Parts: sequence; structure tokens; C-alpha cells
Amino acid sequence: MHAIEISKLDKRYDNGLKALTNINLKVKKGEIFALLGPNGAGKSSLINIICGIAKKNNGKISILGFDNISQYKQARSLIGLVPQEIATDSFEKVIDTLKFSRGLFNKKKSSTYLDKILRDLSLFEKKNQQIRTLSGGMKRRVMIAKALSHEPKILFLDEPTAGVDVELRKNLWKNLNDLKKNGVTIFLTTHYIEEAEQLADRVGVIHEGKIIVVEKTSKLLEKLGKKTLKISIKKKTESLKLIIKKYSLKKSVSHYLLNYDLNDKNIVSNFFKDLNKNQIEFEDLEIKKSSLEEVFLNLIDK
Amino acid sequence: MNIRGIFAIYKFEMSRTFRTFSQSIISPVLTTSLYFVVFGSAIGSRIEDIDGTPYSSFIIPGLIMLTILSQSISNSSFGIFFPKFSGTIYEILSAPISPFEITIGYVCAAASKSVIVGIIILLTSSFFVNLNIIHPVWMFFLLILISVTFSLFGFIIGIWANDFQKIQLIPTFIITPLTFLGGSFYSIDMLPEIWQKISYFNPIVYLISAFRWSFYEHTDISIIVSLTTILGFLILCLIAIYYIFKLGYKIKV
Repeated sequence: MHAIEISKLDKRYDNGLKALTNINLKVKKGEIFALLGPNGAGKSSLINIICGIAKKNNGKISILGFDNISQYKQARSLIGLVPQEIATDSFEKVIDTLKFSRGLFNKKKSSTYLDKILRDLSLFEKKNQQIRTLSGGMKRRVMIAKALSHEPKILFLDEPTAGVDVELRKNLWKNLNDLKKNGVTIFLTTHYIEEAEQLADRVGVIHEGKIIVVEKTSKLLEKLGKKTLKISIKKKTESLKLIIKKYSLKKSVSHYLLNYDLNDKNIVSNFFKDLNKNQIEFEDLEIKKSSLEEVFLNLIDK
Repeated sequence: MNIRGIFAIYKFEMSRTFRTFSQSIISPVLTTSLYFVVFGSAIGSRIEDIDGTPYSSFIIPGLIMLTILSQSISNSSFGIFFPKFSGTIYEILSAPISPFEITIGYVCAAASKSVIVGIIILLTSSFFVNLNIIHPVWMFFLLILISVTFSLFGFIIGIWANDFQKIQLIPTFIITPLTFLGGSFYSIDMLPEIWQKISYFNPIVYLISAFRWSFYEHTDISIIVSLTTILGFLILCLIAIYYIFKLGYKIKV
């Protein structure tokens, strides 16, 4: 059984905007799944429909086997949601807002559990403070704490680190990895490709309401990623021209660039063999792997 | 049934009330006390008894109704409107709680606040006049029934409203005028005949009449007719709320 199973999902807003078209997606139990896409691609619409905040036009969604409409109580009790916008009652105390969230999900009071969450998210010292007195980063952690307060099996995070500084972002990544270790399935949407690259087991790319690829992060990079070898040659010779032609090297200021697929295992060794054979000496070299961002941009440009 | 969910909403709303104690509790009590001083003691002393009841005592049920109706509507409309406005509604919509349970949470909290305010006004009035309630059980029953009914109505307004102005629209332009013209300060039979007939189209007349009956057994309209009207309005509100949640009107996009 999958944690999330979506089939033939369509969403059209009242103003005619088609937000999602024929979405089919399966998220495995215990994995971190990142949904990437530019602004307006449909990421938040998808999360909102799964969690019951927005209506769908067609399709079926099941959460650990429970239909999110006909069995919405069972389905929703398994879900925790951290929305994109920070939305809290500013005048409430941190601990009270967590108790409220736990109560809404019909869970028995548990100060021990709530204190643990607050400690994990470095909020324990602030538990009796009003939310309005906290910094932006802390408020975002309060949102995560609220989503975790009822012990969800699946956590949805809509752009969890938008506008968050580097240190806090790294802390959140650590928290998410810890949750994963505890068996929580994590579905996150993000703009930050680095986030997906660091965290996600699998990545989905959504563009104009359609999912264009779903793949293991490493495999996606392998399949669509490129490597570039940047080399500085000491002296230009006639034989170098032949090598430039053979390997389609590109000139970049004082360097030559060799672009090759990640799965092309022999090209680099052949290239160096040819350099050696032709007694071409080099001064410096650097190999750069394309980032998920470049893969992503290539995908949505296609 | 998600009892803890209902209680979480109820507790949240009640704690908001006590956080804003002066605005939620003291303000309506102070306003009503001023009415007692002006209409009850100052002007009332020069007005004849109505059906054997001194004017200062006669206006008490109407004054309580005046506050209860506006409090019930504003409590529940603001209760559901504010999460929509601030975005915190996401949590309620994504929780395993049914529309019916959500409504119970908000409406019970709004009605509780109204009943608390109503009781405080009643106690305050005892400083100004000699209170003698003939049917105290009916009085409490009607206080609760009317508070719940108008909290439901306020809940609908809160869902319908998409800005703060709309929240005030119906209470200001419909409810308050109808309450003033519904016999809060006079008996319907004091009006010219044509206005008496017109008044029977004002639903608030039935509420005030029933509530005043519980105090003094003085009534403009039969208690059965008044109760049927209140219950009819309650059922209408429940049906409207059922369809609002079923269709996701103004809640879900």
C-alpha cells in the first residue's frame, strides 16, 4: 500500500484556470518526496486538494488506503500540513496553539509529546510566549510543530523553507530527516532545488498543472544530468585541433569545456589517453556535475 | 464524533473572549446599563405601567434581547470569519472534523458568550429594578434557544462575508433596526393599528414577545406562535449551514 495514491486528478478553478490535469502519482511509505515546479505550476493546489482544503473536479486520492473524500476522517487523521503562508493566531501562546491542533485531530492531551516536539524544534524555551513575539523563523517552526502535534504518518510541507535563513533551513532539513527515520512519509514542495537534492528520495516535476517526470533523485540526475570537464591547455598545437573536433570541445575564455552525459563512463579516460598520445599538456582541470536545477530547467524548457 | 475537536474550537473561542474581556463582556454590560439609567430610571419614571408592569422593568427583556442578538451574531460571525481572513482556517479544513462538529464548536462558544452576557445584564438590572421572573426555566430556555439560533445565523454571515464591512452589514442595517422596532422599548399594542400589523412581519417581535412572556406573562403574541417562529428560523439556519458545507461555499476554492 502506498502512503499517497492519486489517480486521474483534475482541478479547474471557477475562473476557468486549469490548475491540474490528469495527475497520477504514488508516494511510497516512509520516503521523502519533493515536488518541484515554478510559481503557479499547481504544487499548492495539489497539496490543498489532498488535505481537503480545496475541491477537486475529477479523480481519486487515497491516503494509506483511505479515500480522502468518502473516508475523510480516517484519511485526514493521518496527515499533518504545513502551509506555505505563516498563519497562526498571533495572540495565542505557543503551547496553546499546539494543544488546539492536537485537540482538533481528536488526540488525547499529551504534554510529554508536545514538549518533545518543542524541544526537537528548539522552541521549548518559547512555549509560554505569544506567537506574535517570535521571529519569522520561529513562527515557521511553530507551524511545523502544529502539524506534528497529532503524530501524523504523512507530513505535507508547502515550501517549508521559503524566506528562511541558511542555518534554519539546514536545521529543518535535519528535523525532516529525523522524522523520516521515525517512519513519517514526507511530501514537500519547494523552489529550492538544493533542498530536493539534499532531502528527497524521489522528485516529481510539475509544470503547467501536469507532472512531467517522477524519478529517484539520483537517477534523474544520472539520466538527465551532465558533467562538464573544464581544462586549461598549456600550448595550442595542430593535434589539439583534432581533439577539439573529435570531442566537440567548446572554448570558454582560456579554457576548453568537454560536456558529457553522466552515464558515459569511458569518455573521460579516452580523452586523457588522446591528450597523452598527442603529448598535449594541461595546466589545470575541473569537473562540474550539473545540478538538479539545471536538469529541472531543461525539463520545463522542453 | 470528534468530541476533542469540538472542545478545542470551543475552548479556543472562549479563551479569545476572556483575552478580550473588556470588549467581549464589559462593553455590552456597560452599554445596557446606560440604557437602564436613561430609559429605565430617567425617562421610565415618567411613563405609565404597561399591563401592570413598571416601564423600567418592562424594558429588561427587550434590552437583554437587544444585546443577545447582536452579541450572538457578532461572536459567531467573527469566530469563523477571522480564521478565513488570517488563513488559519486551513487547519480546521484539513482536520478530521465534520462540518457539523465545526458548527457545534463555534456556535456553542458564541451562544455561551451571549448567555454569560445575558445573565450579567440580568444581574446588573437587579440593581436598578425589582426583578420578578414568573417562568425562570422558560426564561433560561429561551435565552439559550435564541442565543443558539442567532449564533447559527451569525455563523452563516461569517462564512458569507469576505471583508470586515460585510460582517457588520446585516447586524447594523437589519438586526438592530428590527430589534428597536420589535418592541424592545414598547408593547406592540401601543402602536397605531397599521403599524401593529406591519410589526407582525418583523421576526424579532416574536423573540422579544416570548422572552417578555417568561418574565411577566405579558405577551403581544401567543407563546406557541413565537416558539414556532424561533424554531422555524433555527431549522432554516441549520439547512443553510448544511448546504454551505456540502457545496464548500466561500470556504473551499
